Amino acid sequence: MELFQGKRRNILPGFGLSMGYTVFYLSAIVIVPLSMIFFNTIPMGWEPFLHTVTAPRVLASYRLSFSTALFAAIFDAIVGLLTAWVLVRYRFAGRQFLDALVDLPFALPTAVAGICFATLYSPVGWLGETFAKWNIEIINSPTGIVVALIFIGFPFVVRTIQPVLEEVEQEIEEAAQCLGATRWQTFRKILLPHLFPALLTGSTLAFARGIGEYGSVIFIAGNLPMKTEIAPLMIMSKLDQFDYAGASAVALVLLLISFSMLLLLNAVQEWQQKEYR
Amino acid sequence: MNLEWIKKITITASLIAASGLPGAVAEATTVKLLNVSYDPTRELYQSENAAFAQYWQKKTGQTVQIDQSHGGSGKQARAVIDGLDADVVTLALAYDIDAISDSKLLPANWQTRLANNSTPYTSTIVFVVRKGNPKKITGWDDIVKPGVSVITPNPKTSGGARWNYLAAWGYKQKQTGSKEQAKNFIKALYKNVPVLDTGARGSTLTFAQRGLGDVLLAWENEAHLILKEFGTDKFEIVSPAVSILAEPPVAVVDKNVAKHGTGKLAEAYLNFLYTPQAQDIIAQNSYRPRNPAALKKYAANFPKIKLFTLNEVFGNWRSAQKTHFNDGGVFDQIYLP
Repeated sequence: MELFQGKRRNILPGFGLSMGYTVFYLSAIVIVPLSMIFFNTIPMGWEPFLHTVTAPRVLASYRLSFSTALFAAIFDAIVGLLTAWVLVRYRFAGRQFLDALVDLPFALPTAVAGICFATLYSPVGWLGETFAKWNIEIINSPTGIVVALIFIGFPFVVRTIQPVLEEVEQEIEEAAQCLGATRWQTFRKILLPHLFPALLTGSTLAFARGIGEYGSVIFIAGNLPMKTEIAPLMIMSKLDQFDYAGASAVALVLLLISFSMLLLLNAVQEWQQKEYR
Repeated sequence: MNLEWIKKITITASLIAASGLPGAVAEATTVKLLNVSYDPTRELYQSENAAFAQYWQKKTGQTVQIDQSHGGSGKQARAVIDGLDADVVTLALAYDIDAISDSKLLPANWQTRLANNSTPYTSTIVFVVRKGNPKKITGWDDIVKPGVSVITPNPKTSGGARWNYLAAWGYKQKQTGSKEQAKNFIKALYKNVPVLDTGARGSTLTFAQRGLGDVLLAWENEAHLILKEFGTDKFEIVSPAVSILAEPPVAVVDKNVAKHGTGKLAEAYLNFLYTPQAQDIIAQNSYRPRNPAALKKYAANFPKIKLFTLNEVFGNWRSAQKTHFNDGGVFDQIYLP
């Protein structure tokens, strides 16, 4: 009896079963399909692989994809925090409607979003006309890509911050104010550390989503080689040349960079959480 | 107990099988065919399929149901290679069917099996300009002038775009006899292109709906469709004096029809496209018919353009693809700084 109890570390039953299921699920849904990228790339050999992924056009597309996704994620972090704040802390007519609107980018086929943006910002579109007067180019420029990615990533930030913000009791803020903190100090010293992990998770998700986004971006990017070609488009255009190995090679690099960035951010988050406690 | 269970199961199973039988019998008289095609042929094949179904019923008493699948030509070819069960493929360019033949689904000499390089209809590349032709575009040399904005899709991802590119190149090479000049011409042309959509329909929308560009390079049939969709009061077609003879080929996918037992039907279907009735439908959909009688009947729709073939200038599709569109090819080079 004692021996048995010593073996059982977890009070919750069913660890073996649920862990087995998790491993199986992750393998079937994530690892096996993604490993195909490796298997498609391996027959290529090292030299052609390097040659493919360091071609100027491919490098330019990586730069563009990562930088636009980063800008969009930063913007989403700021505006998403604000939106979550408004939705959680204030009660007003139409709040639930706004709340539902936030999810729309999740539900909408991204191509639809892309077509909407392209029409809106085109030289004859509602907004494009105005911007054209000031000589600001949105469609067919990196700015356009950032605009599309902001839209796509926005709900990730709001939806990760919202529940955390709901948990933060208003009394803590009131206590800070009573103790003489300014509003900025309350935000900076009390709220932000609390929200930071969620904010980081949300913007990381938005960032990761942005790197892989294809549907909405191709309609607004212009797709000019060296200028506005995103990395997923490079993959598609290699596939259209029946160059499966080349497409996998580009995808593999994209995957590795994304994965190491996600790992890094997770580490930062863990460290930050420890610091806060 | 056990025996009883087995009995029960057997009875249920035979009941299910029996209930399925009448359906199976009824289906035997309906034969199915899958035609995997590219984007702009949607309307053409809707009419052709209806005509063929009638023809086939009269001839054999069989009801035939033809399913259509449309998309970018290269993507469709890839889908067939990856296992899409196409009985026939009707794609935008021979190279895409060559790629399918590379995976052994049909023999390498597929293009010699039907008349006219296996292309029952042809088309060419023309210009669509805004009403009144404000930039005075009449020929190829006008579209490389500074200040003229040209809309054409990305030749890497679009079959139509490759025809556009080859038409421009062929025009210059035939005019000057120099490949170097043709390359410079192409370079100047793509300098005028502000956006490379991934497909021909995308470019049409960019030009017609989003108001970008002064001239759109398009299939002749697509150009007529634009006028029909968006109105003749907004756009007009300019036919250059010289252009390329675009040949979108058709082929039976041998391996797939052998599996389905639809070989005879698939062959009859493609041969039907050469009949006078089908050629009329082809002309009505603004494709150029092969049949001289049909061509004469609809001559008003097809202005006289001096057409050169791809083989004349580029040898064949495989070599055109390799020199111009594969990674590191001419199209890549003109964008390098």
